[in-house]
Amino acid sequence: MKEIIVLAEHRRGELRDVTWEMLSKGRQLAESIGAEIGVALLGKGVNQLAEALKPKAHKVFLIEDERLEVYNSETYEKVLTQLITERKPLLTLIGHTAMGMDFAPGLAAHLKMPLATDCIGIEATGEAFSLTRQLYGGKVNATVSFLKKGPYMVTLRSGAFPVLEKEALPGEMVKLPSPLTDEGLARRFLQYVEAAIGEVDITQADILVSIGRGIKEAENIPIVKEFADAIGGTLSCSRPVVDKKWLPKDRQVGTSGKTVKPKVYIAIGISGAFQHVAGMKGAGTVIAINKDPKAPIFSVAQYGIVADLFKIVPVLKNKIKEFKQKS
Amino acid sequence: MNIIVCIKRVPETADADVSIGKSGKDIDKSGLAFDLNEWDSYAIEEAILLKEKLGGTVTVLSIGGEDSNESLRKCLAMGAEDAIRLTDPAFDGSDGFVTAKILAEAIRKIPYDLILTGTQAEDDGYGQVGVVLAELLGIPHAALVTRLEAQDKKVKVHRELEGGLEEVYEIDLPAVLTIQTGINEPRYVSIMGIRKVAKKEIKTFGVSDLNLKAEEVGLSGSDIQLEKIFLPPVGEGAEMLEGKPEEVALKVFDILKDKGGLA
Repeated sequence: MKEIIVLAEHRRGELRDVTWEMLSKGRQLAESIGAEIGVALLGKGVNQLAEALKPKAHKVFLIEDERLEVYNSETYEKVLTQLITERKPLLTLIGHTAMGMDFAPGLAAHLKMPLATDCIGIEATGEAFSLTRQLYGGKVNATVSFLKKGPYMVTLRSGAFPVLEKEALPGEMVKLPSPLTDEGLARRFLQYVEAAIGEVDITQADILVSIGRGIKEAENIPIVKEFADAIGGTLSCSRPVVDKKWLPKDRQVGTSGKTVKPKVYIAIGISGAFQHVAGMKGAGTVIAINKDPKAPIFSVAQYGIVADLFKIVPVLKNKIKEFKQKS
Repeated sequence: MNIIVCIKRVPETADADVSIGKSGKDIDKSGLAFDLNEWDSYAIEEAILLKEKLGGTVTVLSIGGEDSNESLRKCLAMGAEDAIRLTDPAFDGSDGFVTAKILAEAIRKIPYDLILTGTQAEDDGYGQVGVVLAELLGIPHAALVTRLEAQDKKVKVHRELEGGLEEVYEIDLPAVLTIQTGINEPRYVSIMGIRKVAKKEIKTFGVSDLNLKAEEVGLSGSDIQLEKIFLPPVGEGAEMLEGKPEEVALKVFDILKDKGGLA
């Protein structure tokens, strides 16, 4: 029987959301082509995670080894090479995450499997798949097809696929031997490093006023800071502002920064790349100010202002101060 | 330490009004400015910082037409010693896998201790080339590197994970590292700096120089092909607040008051 295998992604004892997203999409694909869905779990002492995965798949492939206690591209490549070579799934799904980006391209090249990365859509087309990807930082979408025969590997963008509730699957547990030996690794895990704790916790703020690439210079930040102060908001930002060292990392909203859920989120000069949106889509009300009317942030926001931030923000600050005094 | 940096020249689209080109397979690039891919600017800076500290040379490598010389010269002006451009009509349509294959064949001719690439390119965003390159060369790698310390015959790197977490690895050299933005502050290149390297030779290699066959590269060697591009579907979209700045300010004030955004 044809098979689709999803690689379960977990870190520090918890399955990551992308796992459920891939299982949901993978199941839909499997049903459309009469295939079974399997999930591969690599780790050590991960029985509980395996149990949690059971209802989402026909088979749970469990490979336990003390050398799999933490992720490492070298061990993952060896174990998955064995699994994919033996099972020959038509499709292997991996998350386009910090983990997937680090090993999936190498694994695909090693197995000579055609690979499409960072897909936001995937549909079965007979024996192959049609994919949707984004180009130019999300400004355009592309339909992409495979030129070679499967088995295929596809990495899916985290947060791009909904998790649908469906009846439980049998979840047969298949324990497989680990191919790993004590042979030394050229890449050795040392430790995790936690994010530094800053003076301000933006996840606790009711109002966030967030700046992006549009702020242009560090010297311009006070323009927005004064506005934030006027409405009692906390200053946060998107990635480019942190990359340029204009604000500390603890102010960053997005995939590699913080996930925030304020009552009001005001995005100023932020285009709305998916990595940013992933961190703020839980906000109550989103107001976006951007000079580009096509900026993706406007499809996330409830209210939009197409304007030059340097012209509109000072007016907003002064007027709101006035209104506050009157009311 | 001898370092190779793989770079790409890309159109700047972050602030541009992007439209679909006539072919339906790419954007209309007329009128767009081009520059060194943002991730690559951090990769070349990191290479030069390492060279300044440890000695050695930095060689930059790019696949592309003569236009790419502009980005290669920028890297020379930043402090790289050598620039090589890989160019051949047969390269057209190469996907991420083939791009890595072409780079790997060129790199086999050059002595190196470390290879740096950007984590991804701003245009096609595969995030694939550096990791495949390591696989093809049979050397270790790490993707999304946000900190790098060179030690004797190995490097200690931090990889960026989700939610602000990082993981630290020790990796034997030679290795490929894909560099994440924010790892350093890329130096400014003046027009004078570019002028100084304007005459510097940029070597070029094509398919026949690289132990490759034309059918192994370009679209015929690729795993995937692009069928068409389209503008992303817009959701319900925002209610646009229009009018004079004062009127917009009043509307914003009312929304803030209503939604709990005035403290």
